[in-house]
Amino acid sequence: MELFNQPAHELKRMMDTGEISAFEIAKSVFKRIEMVEPKVEAYVTLTEGQAAAQAKEADAKIKKGEGRGSLFGIPLAIKDNMCTKGVLTTCSSGILKNFIPVYDGTVVRKVSDAGLIMTGKTNLDEFAMGSSTETSFFGTTRNPWDLETVPGGSSGGSAAAVAAGEAIMALGSDTGGSIRQPAALCGVVGLKPTYGLVSRYGLVAFASSLDQIGPITKDVTDCALLLQAIAGQDERDSTSVDINIPDYNKALVADVKGMKIGLLKEMMGEGIQDEVKTAIKNAVDVFSKMGAEIIEVSLPHAEYALSAYYLIAPAEASSNLARYDGVRYGHRTSEKVKDMIDMYMKTRAEGFGNEVKRRIMLGTYALSAGYYEAYYGQAQKIRTLIVQDFEKAFDKVDAILSPTSPTTAFKIGEKFENPLQMYLSDICTIPVNLAGLPGISIPCGLSDGLPIGLQIIGKPFDEMTVLRTAYAFEQAYGFKERPKLD
Amino acid sequence: MVSEKAITKKDVEHVALLARLALTEEEKERFTKQLGKILEHAGKIKEIDTSKVPPTSHIVPLDNVFREDKAGECLSQEEALSNAPEKEEGAFLVPKIV
Repeated sequence: MELFNQPAHELKRMMDTGEISAFEIAKSVFKRIEMVEPKVEAYVTLTEGQAAAQAKEADAKIKKGEGRGSLFGIPLAIKDNMCTKGVLTTCSSGILKNFIPVYDGTVVRKVSDAGLIMTGKTNLDEFAMGSSTETSFFGTTRNPWDLETVPGGSSGGSAAAVAAGEAIMALGSDTGGSIRQPAALCGVVGLKPTYGLVSRYGLVAFASSLDQIGPITKDVTDCALLLQAIAGQDERDSTSVDINIPDYNKALVADVKGMKIGLLKEMMGEGIQDEVKTAIKNAVDVFSKMGAEIIEVSLPHAEYALSAYYLIAPAEASSNLARYDGVRYGHRTSEKVKDMIDMYMKTRAEGFGNEVKRRIMLGTYALSAGYYEAYYGQAQKIRTLIVQDFEKAFDKVDAILSPTSPTTAFKIGEKFENPLQMYLSDICTIPVNLAGLPGISIPCGLSDGLPIGLQIIGKPFDEMTVLRTAYAFEQAYGFKERPKLD
Repeated sequence: MVSEKAITKKDVEHVALLARLALTEEEKERFTKQLGKILEHAGKIKEIDTSKVPPTSHIVPLDNVFREDKAGECLSQEEALSNAPEKEEGAFLVPKIV
């Protein structure tokens, strides 16, 4: 098998035995990029020169007996909403199309310290607002399984890159499903950690009480390894939590005997594609055969989650995006202006795309005088009810299953003009963000050649159980398909 | 008391000013329609009586986070200005304010 199709842990084994070098891996990945990137368009920026130099350095270190970390020398794609010193960071927005950060985000620094080699910055929905990568200023990324369909979003570039072999692993960010939904649609593994496990310093803010960075990988083992590299408290993010980080490798045990696994009632009904339901039921059978006890659980307030989210997230976004004013960085209008306000208004009108404007408007409205209590205040109370629903469910079970996405990948353009339809793409993932819980998506089938994702949700900071459950399923089910791009 | 009236073009103009967004006529029309639809859907949350439910603004119970009052690294003036659309004499340049 080609190197670009191998998971990181396998490549690491081959490096350890001296079969291959870090430079050969990087070469294989960039050769693949050269071949398939014109079709997939997963990247905004490629950093090939820098990556080649780093790979050579890595090999020199390995020769000297240094660089023993489990991901040392592995090529990694980074979503273009994480600040990378000296490398363009656009958020796929016109307003940041020339922005070159003067510092590295904490997670970017951590993966670099771990010896990972950045391949480039991947495409996303503008400011991570979207479920299809179609709102990117730079154009739509395509799903490697079917180039006529979307890769999901907002981390569509990262998920497509991993699926297409254009990166061995990738970083995404997830506010309402932006790691898990594209992972599901692209047939790869994606984990949103518990809110507070991973630092947000240097992640361009969308909705600060929901955003989390996490891994997108070819399998669950790689997911555990990359999570290990990025988890941990950071004094530069006061919402990151001081807890002992476990050895996630120890979660990779293919045994769920006696475990209590919940199936979410509300996410197996109306609005979920039949083929998706069938695949989830099959997954439940797999767990059952492995000796897990399956219990139906319910989130009585789940039906309100989407509404609450589409008030909370835009409200926080409207506040976070106020910083794009054409003064300190980013685009500034070249039109003649009357005064400061005129300059702000023209700059922002030119720099932001449609979806971002829509959400800024929605959020500003929800926070404005006379509406605050009815919309934002009420949404935050609904959030409490959803947290409580999950707490009750987790009294009975160790982990909860649901589909990741209500459908497989949809056609490019299909939902673009209908924001409400698009928002429904996140119906299974949003409650998890509102409650701050860890959730993973792993492949659990194909329908008409398009991947289906299984979501596994855990208790706060119980990534160990989430990974173990996912690993057990992966070993038993053995999803080995890869997109046929050649 | 919140009016149950649908969002109007005038509301959209008011919010656009608050948000510092210059909208075209076409955008005003479109957002009036789209925001109306989204808010109608979002209005579903008003169905529940939450008079006894506390709000959640943050999922992790956090107290104030303090650090020592010690100067750390910071950006140089040159770095801070490196992305400025317009600058002059080591400062950000903006249109005349007063």
